[in-house]
Amino acid sequence: MTAPLIEVRDVGQRFRVSSGLLEKKRQVVAVDGVSLKLMQGDVLGIVGESGCGKSTLARIILGLLPPTTGDVLIDGQDLSKLDRRERARLIQPVFQDPFSSLNPRRLVRDIVALPLHAQGNVTATDMRQRVDTMLERVGLDPAMGDRFPAQLSGGQRQRVAIARALVLRPRIVVCDEPTSALDVSVQAQILNLLAELRREFGLSYLFISHNLAVIEHVATEVAVMYLGRIVERNDTASLFHNPRHPYTKALLASVLTPEPGLGIPETGLGDAMPDPANIPPGCRFHPRCPVAIERCGRDAPTITRDGDGITECHLIATA
Amino acid sequence: MTSSLLEVDRLDIGFGPLAAVRGASLQVRRGETHCLVGESGCGKSVTALAVMGLLPRNATRKAVSMRFDGQELMGLDEKAMSRLRGDRMAMIFQEPMTSLNPAYTVGSQMAEVMLRHRGGTRRAAMDRAAELLAKVRITSPGMRLGQYPHQLSGGLRQRVMIAMALMCSPELLIADEPTTALDVTVQAQILRLLADLQTDLGLAILLITHDLGVVARTAHHVSVMYAGQVVETAPVADLFANPMHPYTRGLLSCVPVPGKVRPGDPLGSIPGMVPRVEPAFAGCAFRQRCDLARPDCAGTIPRRDAAPGHDYLCQIEPASLVAA
Repeated sequence: MTAPLIEVRDVGQRFRVSSGLLEKKRQVVAVDGVSLKLMQGDVLGIVGESGCGKSTLARIILGLLPPTTGDVLIDGQDLSKLDRRERARLIQPVFQDPFSSLNPRRLVRDIVALPLHAQGNVTATDMRQRVDTMLERVGLDPAMGDRFPAQLSGGQRQRVAIARALVLRPRIVVCDEPTSALDVSVQAQILNLLAELRREFGLSYLFISHNLAVIEHVATEVAVMYLGRIVERNDTASLFHNPRHPYTKALLASVLTPEPGLGIPETGLGDAMPDPANIPPGCRFHPRCPVAIERCGRDAPTITRDGDGITECHLIATA
Repeated sequence: MTSSLLEVDRLDIGFGPLAAVRGASLQVRRGETHCLVGESGCGKSVTALAVMGLLPRNATRKAVSMRFDGQELMGLDEKAMSRLRGDRMAMIFQEPMTSLNPAYTVGSQMAEVMLRHRGGTRRAAMDRAAELLAKVRITSPGMRLGQYPHQLSGGLRQRVMIAMALMCSPELLIADEPTTALDVTVQAQILRLLADLQTDLGLAILLITHDLGVVARTAHHVSVMYAGQVVETAPVADLFANPMHPYTRGLLSCVPVPGKVRPGDPLGSIPGMVPRVEPAFAGCAFRQRCDLARPDCAGTIPRRDAAPGHDYLCQIEPASLVAA
């Protein structure tokens, strides 16, 4: 039995936000009691709508945000006890927006070299060589190293971000919406590159996206988040072919595949929008759920296991 | 019978030394949705702005003709144009927060459109606003009229934008990426709403999008733009079943389709980048990225017919493309 590469145990994150000068601070529950595991070589996809807490979860796992409750183990070690350099050798991020995630005043070469710098004891020649190799590996001419991010296209910038993430040869890459800001043709190039790099370097990915077609394509396992909780988790094929939670079903039904003649789906979700500052009692999905029963507004559902999958829904538990 | 409400014939738009749109022609028929699809910078949004007469001052606009319901829009002065805009033709944008005025309530912004074009009392305009908020399925419209844009969710704001665009019962609605900033579930709701409104009101919709899923599910006809040109126009089913232009084919292969692309298999992709296009640019702008390019692609490119209503801009004949 191999140990998971990432183990998240009952993690919660609360923020206090002010909604105005004279108003009382409100508590926002961004992540609430989330547990998950990422095994070596897997790609765990996390899907959900804006505000569901998926990016907050990514920041917690990257060690950028200490969770309010619970803990995170990376390769068996407590994340909060690792120092920055150890953490950087294990886990690296690739963010959504390659326009704001690269320092505009630094050369591409220096951006990619920064993690090596931070580790110390790397000679200048060694550093230059490792940066060139990595630029080449992500499909950029090493001559691009002497340009500024503003001189590159969106796809090229995302390649720089990937090179920076991989230059220390980490074991895990957290990809937070890595292709959402890109055009479709560029998105395909980046997804193909990430797949090649995973095979070549034996990487594991935590892959966050709101695009379900992308998740189905890249992930081996998928967790669906709703208002801070994972409401369903399963291997990709089971989740997409046999979704169990009503929210997963609605999400999948909303995907517009490029197939003409199928029309626009009816989601049955209604107008109530999820608000992490005002989480409904009982099942947090019940105000939008097309099949909610009376009990859903009263009691929070517990986890039902089925094979490798889990679902949090009263209707599944009693079925 | 469907006739064209909007006919754009060979539109050119330039920004200084750059040609943003080159000879783009398109037709939007009454009661139908025409999708203009392409990647960032292809000229789809400026084409829409040109129709509305909303191009920035530094842009130049030329066209053989641009007719709305038979009326020539080229050479129409700003006063006449502003009478049409918001009245018989209306536009909605990607980010409703930037197009709604944060300092005014939803009701007063909506009423202003009506008062400006049709006159009447403020009371009547407010009633019309409430009626339309209900029409776009916003619950308790009376309360929403008194709210400010920041008090609404993204999906609600987009509904307010749509309701506002409908105040004067326009015949043409131009929607520029109306659902790109929204979650998938809300996107489906908004697109459904637009389709229902089209059936009820006989609206013609020019929908600008980069999302081929949105195109497939909403369009009657589609124009694909690349580097400022319309490279292919077709009825929607024909475009997806028999794409002709190599760019259209490349674009379709880039999108993962469940059941067609096996998870984990490489997606199709288009190598290279869009070239910088100046007015003197000659030949096919896609030729450096095209597998099928040949020497004569640097010359004048003909527009070819593939099927009734289906044409494309390419040196290669339909028969050779189908075989490729």
